[in-house]
Amino acid sequence: MRVVIAEDLALLRDGLTRLLEAYDFKVVAAVDNGPSLLPALIEHRPDVAVVDVRLPPTFTDEGLQAAIAARSEVPGMPVLVLSQHVEPLYARELLSDRKGGVGYLLKDRVSHVAQFVDAVRRVAAGGTAMDPEVVSQLLARHEPPLAALTGRERDVLTLMAEGRSNGAIAAKLFVGEKAVSKHISSIFAKLDLPPSDDDHRRVLAVLAYLNA
Amino acid sequence: MDSRDWIKDGVKAVAGGVLSVALAITNIPLFVLFVVSLVLTPVLGIGLVLLPLVTALIRFRARIARRLSATFGMPIARPYRPLPERAGLLKRYRWIVTDPATWRDFAWLLPGAVAGLVLGVLSLAVPLYGIEGILLLPLWIWLGTGEYGYGAIWPIETVGEGFLSLPQGTIILAIGLAVAPYLRNADAWFARLFLAPTRNAELRLRVSHLTTTRAENLDSQAAELRRIERDLHDGAQARLVSLGMTIGLAEELVATDPATARKLLAEAREVSSDALTELRHLVRGIHPPVLAERGLEGAVRALAMALPIPTAVGAAVPGRLDTPVESAAYFAVAEVLANATRHSFAQHAEVQLWHNDGVLTMRVSDDGLGGADPSRGTGLRGIERRLAAFDGTMSLSSPPGGPTVVTMELPCALSSPRISPSSETA
Repeated sequence: MRVVIAEDLALLRDGLTRLLEAYDFKVVAAVDNGPSLLPALIEHRPDVAVVDVRLPPTFTDEGLQAAIAARSEVPGMPVLVLSQHVEPLYARELLSDRKGGVGYLLKDRVSHVAQFVDAVRRVAAGGTAMDPEVVSQLLARHEPPLAALTGRERDVLTLMAEGRSNGAIAAKLFVGEKAVSKHISSIFAKLDLPPSDDDHRRVLAVLAYLNA
Repeated sequence: MDSRDWIKDGVKAVAGGVLSVALAITNIPLFVLFVVSLVLTPVLGIGLVLLPLVTALIRFRARIARRLSATFGMPIARPYRPLPERAGLLKRYRWIVTDPATWRDFAWLLPGAVAGLVLGVLSLAVPLYGIEGILLLPLWIWLGTGEYGYGAIWPIETVGEGFLSLPQGTIILAIGLAVAPYLRNADAWFARLFLAPTRNAELRLRVSHLTTTRAENLDSQAAELRRIERDLHDGAQARLVSLGMTIGLAEELVATDPATARKLLAEAREVSSDALTELRHLVRGIHPPVLAERGLEGAVRALAMALPIPTAVGAAVPGRLDTPVESAAYFAVAEVLANATRHSFAQHAEVQLWHNDGVLTMRVSDDGLGGADPSRGTGLRGIERRLAAFDGTMSLSSPPGGPTVVTMELPCALSSPRISPSSETA
C-alpha cells in the first residue's frame, strides 16, 4: 500500500516511515511542510495519507487544511490525521464531506504499533478511526439522551464511534458478535439513528448524533 | 433613527435637565463653605478639619456631574491624586490644597451652577410651553375668558383660534424634545472643560493605572509560572525519570529474561503515554492548541462544543488578534462559560464576539439562575484583572432569576484576515 507522510519533526517522520515500511507499506513521499503536502497528495494519489495537523510555515492547522483540500480535489482520498491534541471540532470538519476513509488520532497512539497499523489499514480501506479521546469528549456532554443507554451499550457506542467493526467490538469486549449486533440495534433504536451495515456510515451516524 | 428613539432621548434629556437644575443650586452653598473654610485656616485652624470635609462634599457633587455627563455620552475621568498613605491632619490638608483638581473643581462651582441652571431651565421650559399649547384649548374653554394667548395668537378670542394652539404646541414640544439632548451635550461639554483631568493629570492617572495593572499582571504570571514548574516537576518530569529507569531495567533483562523485559517495555509505553497526557493538559492550561491554530473564534467554537450545555456561538472577528490579547480574551470567555455551566444551572448559553472600531466585544449570556456577584466570586475578579492589563473592561448584569449577561470589551487591533476556511456552522 502506498503512503504519503507529512510530519515536520524529522525524528517522528523517520520513525513513522520505518514503522509503516516494517508493515509492508510503501512510503512514496514524506514531506515536512504544508505547502508541499497538497501537490504531493495530488501527484501520488496514495492509498492513505498520514498527516500531522500542525505543519510549517504557520504551525497552525496547515496539515488539516491540506488534507481537507486534498479530499475535495480527490474525493474520498483516505486521510489519517495525527495530532498532539484532539479537537472534536477538527473531527467534525474532517468528517463533513462524508466520503471515504478518515482517521483522527492522537500522536501517542503510534506507540501501540499494532493498533496504529490497524487504524491506518482501516482508513485505507475506506473505514474510520476516531481517537477514543475525541469520542469520550463528545460522550462527556449530551448526558440526558445518553442516559437511556446501559453501561454495556455505552461501551459499544464508544467503540463504534471510534470506527470498529462488529467483530472488533466483540473481540474487545469478550462477547459474541451476535450480542454486539443486538446491542447496536438497541442503541440505534434508543438514539433514533438509521441502522446501517457500512462501518463508515455507522460512525458518521453516531458522530452526527453526538454533535447534534 | 426610529421616531420613538428621539422622543425617548428627548424625555431623558429633559429629565437630565431637571436634575441638573436641582444639582446646580447646591453649588452655591458648597462655594460659600469652601471659601469660609479656606479663610478659617490661618485664623483659627478650623479649616484644617473643615476644608477636607468640604472638599469631599464638592468631589461628591463633581462625581455626580461626571456621571450625568457620562449618561449623555461624554464620560469624564476623575482627575484626583490618590490619598497618601498614613495621612495625618496636615498631610491630608496638603494633599487637598496642592491637588490642582481641587482648584479646578472650585473654579467650576459658580460657572457650573450658572450653566446648569440656564441649560436645565431651557431644556425644561420649551417642552413645558409645548405641553401648555396642547392642553390650552380645554383650559381656555374652561376659563371662559378672552385673556389667554398662546404662541402667535394673543389673545385667543374664538374657538377656531384656540384650535390653532394645538399644532403650535405640538411643534414647540417636538422642538423642545429634539433640542434637549443638545442642551445636555452643551452642559456636559461645559462640565468637562473644568472637571476633566488636564493633560498632565491624565498622564499621571494613566501611569498609576498602568502601575497597578502591571503589578497585578506580574503577580499572576509569577504564580502561573510557579504552578507550571510544579506541575512539570511533579508530573511529566517524574514520569520521564521512571520511564528511563524502566527502559534501563528492560535493557539489562532483555538477554536473560525476555518475558520480564517485554512486560517492562509495555509498562514503559504506558508511562510515556501518561506523561504525554499530562503535558497535554498542561499545554491546554497555558495556551490551548486550538487557540494557536484557529484563533479566538475557532477556539471559542471548540470550547462551546465541549460544554455540557448547548452553547451557540456567533462571531464577527475578521482577522487574528495579537497573541497575548487573544489569550486573555479566550480565557476570559472560558472562565465566564465555566461559571455559567458550574453555578447557574443554565440550560442554554450564548457567546457573541465582534470587533468594531478597534474594540473587541465579547458577550456571554446564559438563561440560568442569575445573581452572580463579582465581589463574591474570585473568578469574575480574576477576569477583570486579566482584561485590565489590556485596558479592557467587564460589565455584568445578573438579576436574581437570571438571565446573566457578561459583556467584556478589549481595545485591540486586528491583524491580517484569517486564511483558514471554516466550513462548518456551530
